[in-house]
Amino acid sequence: MPWDRNQMAARAAEELEDGMYVNLGIGIPTLVANYTGDKDITLQSENGMLGMGPFPFEGEEDPDLINAGKQTITELDRTSYFDSATSFGMIRGGKIAAAILGAMEVAENGDLANWMIPGKLIKGMGGAMDLVAGVKRVIVVMDHTNKAGESKLLRECTLPLTGKAVVNRIITNLGVLDVVEGGLKIVELADGVTEDELRAATEATIVN
Amino acid sequence: MKKIHASAEEALEGILHDGMLIAAGGFGLCGIPELLIDALVKSGVKDLTVASNNCGVDGFGLGKLLETRQIRKMMSSYVGENAEFMRQYLSGELELEFNPQGTLAERMRAAGAGIPGFYTKTGVGTVIAEGKEHKDFDGETYILERGIFADLSIVKAWKADDTGNLVFRKTARNFNPPAAMCGKICVAEVEEIVPRGSLDPDMIHLPGIYVHRIIQGQHEKRIEQRTTRKKETA
Repeated sequence: MPWDRNQMAARAAEELEDGMYVNLGIGIPTLVANYTGDKDITLQSENGMLGMGPFPFEGEEDPDLINAGKQTITELDRTSYFDSATSFGMIRGGKIAAAILGAMEVAENGDLANWMIPGKLIKGMGGAMDLVAGVKRVIVVMDHTNKAGESKLLRECTLPLTGKAVVNRIITNLGVLDVVEGGLKIVELADGVTEDELRAATEATIVN
Repeated sequence: MKKIHASAEEALEGILHDGMLIAAGGFGLCGIPELLIDALVKSGVKDLTVASNNCGVDGFGLGKLLETRQIRKMMSSYVGENAEFMRQYLSGELELEFNPQGTLAERMRAAGAGIPGFYTKTGVGTVIAEGKEHKDFDGETYILERGIFADLSIVKAWKADDTGNLVFRKTARNFNPPAAMCGKICVAEVEEIVPRGSLDPDMIHLPGIYVHRIIQGQHEKRIEQRTTRKKETA
């Protein structure tokens, strides 16, 4: 059985180490916060906060306290607030240890496309381009194939890029792959998924 | 030096002209200058270029200035919450310049700090880099981005004193300080104007030197995505 959303998030949480400052994207990456266990992780929200807490209890929502997905959240005893220029200063400056992001396509050289589909509604890149250019390690969490069953791990991206050669590791429902010289390297297979199955679902070059 | 004004309309008097460039603070609907936006709508000033991370939602925030067709061009990082925006953009009525969020914030901060351009690796190898100067530093490629020198800054803070020293609250700070810094004139709207000396000088987020006019008023503070969790029952 391939991993489900929660299993992918749990696997991504294993990438995080004690003491890390981390930025989590929208979607499955947000679930990663549920699986960090006893590790001392500080979450950054790029609208200007370190030490992001969980959603507030009903009736305790504060319109002045939201995350980058514009959801109401809470603060922790370690929380600090700052302006957007300072926030992206720490991102661009390489102070954030890792970003865990969703993606539409990843290429075998680490190119990432996750902000725009030409001809469809154009919403904007938000902070994604700054994050992938600046953080130390970029981990993509996404389904291995799209709704049509086609590989999202490609030789070359077909969509407009968010960043060039920026992805380090990809966690999909079928397993874990690293971007290495010459292509992608299989690090781990999801429970019950065979290497042949993963290879068959992957367009990108897989190197040994 | 009287910075406090009675209303948003009065605070904008004599500084608006068609075709001007306005930098606005706020992220989503959080920390946006609601009262000054309403006053811009009333003023009828048009052909505006607005540098703001987002463009409000339909009928609220900068979305109001879209409905009245007062905005000609937006400089933003994310505009996905606004159907009227999409309609005007797709029909060619509205110009849009996408900026990565950190680049937008730094373009404002830089201009306010007297820096007309800076190099960043954000966007290298993407459509954002097209037509921009590329330069290598220590083996890495960067692109040149320009400061945004605005004619007017409109921002929202929590508290001000009469000299314009500002304190923001939680994540409502966001783009407000860099937006305030980059304008020739900055008008700030606040929830409370407090007596001089009552703000701890060590706790001031933006010094009054950046703030020229101040108004106090009531804010709706609309929540875009209300997310909560249940209290665990023992």
